[in-house]
Amino acid sequence: MREIEYREAIREAIIEEMNRDHKVFLIGEDIGKYGGAFRAYKGLLDMYGEDRVINTPISEAAIIGAGIGAAVTGYRPVSELMFIDFAALAMDQIVNQAAKIRYMTGDNLRCPLVIRTQGGAGRGVAAQHSQSLEAWFYHVPGLKVVMPATPYDVKGLLKTAIRDDNVVMFIEHKMIYLLKGEVPEEEYTIPFGVADIKRQGSDVTIFAYSNMVYKSLEAAADLEKEGISAEVFDPRTLVPLDEEALLKSVKKTGRLVVVTEACERGSVASDIAAKVALKAFDWLDSPVKVVAGLNTPIPYNSTLEQASIPHKADIVNAVKEALGK
Amino acid sequence: MPKLTSKQKVDFLKTIITIRRFEEKTIQLYQVAKIWGYLHPYVGEEAIAAGTCAALEKRDYIISTHRGHGHSIAKGADLNRMMAELLGKSTGYCKGRGGSMHIADTELGMLGANGIVGGGIPISVGAGFSCKMEGASRVTVCYFSDGASNNGVFHEALNMASVFNLPVIYVCENNMYAISMSACESIACKDIASRASSYDIPGAIVDGSDPEAVYNITASAVKRARSGKGPSLIEAKTYRFGGHHPNDPAEYREKEEVEYYKTEKDPVINYKKKLIEEKVLSEDDIKNMEQQIVKAVEDSVKFAEESPEPQLDKFLEEVKSI
Repeated sequence: MREIEYREAIREAIIEEMNRDHKVFLIGEDIGKYGGAFRAYKGLLDMYGEDRVINTPISEAAIIGAGIGAAVTGYRPVSELMFIDFAALAMDQIVNQAAKIRYMTGDNLRCPLVIRTQGGAGRGVAAQHSQSLEAWFYHVPGLKVVMPATPYDVKGLLKTAIRDDNVVMFIEHKMIYLLKGEVPEEEYTIPFGVADIKRQGSDVTIFAYSNMVYKSLEAAADLEKEGISAEVFDPRTLVPLDEEALLKSVKKTGRLVVVTEACERGSVASDIAAKVALKAFDWLDSPVKVVAGLNTPIPYNSTLEQASIPHKADIVNAVKEALGK
Repeated sequence: MPKLTSKQKVDFLKTIITIRRFEEKTIQLYQVAKIWGYLHPYVGEEAIAAGTCAALEKRDYIISTHRGHGHSIAKGADLNRMMAELLGKSTGYCKGRGGSMHIADTELGMLGANGIVGGGIPISVGAGFSCKMEGASRVTVCYFSDGASNNGVFHEALNMASVFNLPVIYVCENNMYAISMSACESIACKDIASRASSYDIPGAIVDGSDPEAVYNITASAVKRARSGKGPSLIEAKTYRFGGHHPNDPAEYREKEEVEYYKTEKDPVINYKKKLIEEKVLSEDDIKNMEQQIVKAVEDSVKFAEESPEPQLDKFLEEVKSI
């Protein structure tokens, strides 16, 4: 099968959906001639014109508000926040408006809005451009949270997000835009709430999403050499969460290591650990382990930056601890 | 501007009185705890909703505020479903989920009241894009307050609406107080309308107690927006007769000031008087109109009280999918 870059898979999903439905449009900063900060929208302005590729002033709240207003009046906007860190400038629109509008108006207003953004550390862009803030949105009822790791997943999930009648936080990772992976030529979508076992295993379940899927797969490969069979469980969507598949995996392996790049305090990983401890305690052979970022603003210095987020070795160690080795 | 017809004038008065009587009833119901939570009556400001919505067509959109009952009524909302919502009933516009601050209806083009001051302003940009992309000369009216004009989103939205030439009419209801903070203590310029010059759009000031003046200025802004000339800002000078909510004695305002507006700038008193003087309506006509309105409001209370509560088991089922 052909292999394409993660950002190219995004672009393909957008093109297919814009061709399929004329109500789909893009709005955000530097998405015109510039093609988006990570070039995922390269050439789209020429293809669809200024009415459907709306290049905005630096006005994050209005970019989200524009998405909401267009969505409740029949369009399917994809609002872009260049960095997830900038969501802080638009939190009222995301949390108090978008997330609640359908429910609090008794289903009177539907808001099919996709908020595309990216997060994560690793590029030396320091504390205001490197955060993993998915827990903010995971916490708020009314938002779906999607965090695709592979080109295949990002394409299929983005198409589903655009077709969904609700607000979707679509969170990419800045370190994987250039990664290549298999993506079929023919059209497909991936439903929300369906996890993907990225690697089968029997001794331990590693729950990981976004960029941490890769680090977990590397860890699993190393562990195999030591005779440890690790299953890498990628939920793909945090909301809705494929809880059934997770519990099934944990019941099979009896051990769970939850990995997140985000800082540990109040993280999605802590919540997943709690969920499994509450619902599958009797099947666990050892306490759930959490591998997470340090509770720090992400530092600029490369050594410090790398020290603030989890790596393969941290995952390997956590698995061994879980296995009592 | 063409001369207003008698029918238009009668409709202004009818809308103004309907809002007034509806709001007075909600205050009564609030005092006996049949309506709870927060309630922000529109008493004193009725002519703005009446005048602006009269300049719109049914297909046009409005975006409202926490003090939004008047906007819904003027856009044609059903009093029964409004009152049912205020009583938290399943027959309400939001099935009892939203209450006073969240009434919305797609059919009416009512894109929602809002519990966050300024929260609706960015949404107007999207409604504006929608109107523009559709190419059918539909427009959006976005209401907000003097307080909201100090929020950062006011700048983001008006700038963007102007940059993209969106058909949005921004209507600032300057009732001079943001809860207790007075406009003159909190706004750097004398008139909010003057902020329009920052966005290179027209800014106009109008007496918010005069439905005809409000209608005329809105109609010209609507005409401008429909013909692709972009957004406008209208500042309607008005006054909230009561406190921020029914339990606010509003002691931060001078008695003389309140008295002045209640006696000189009451849209109900003034407009009744005007239509009688112009012989558009007789005192008896107005009495009949009042009676019908009072009955409609009473009926809405009856409807709301007799309506079922939302079902708890249904709620628990619904939340599983959120």
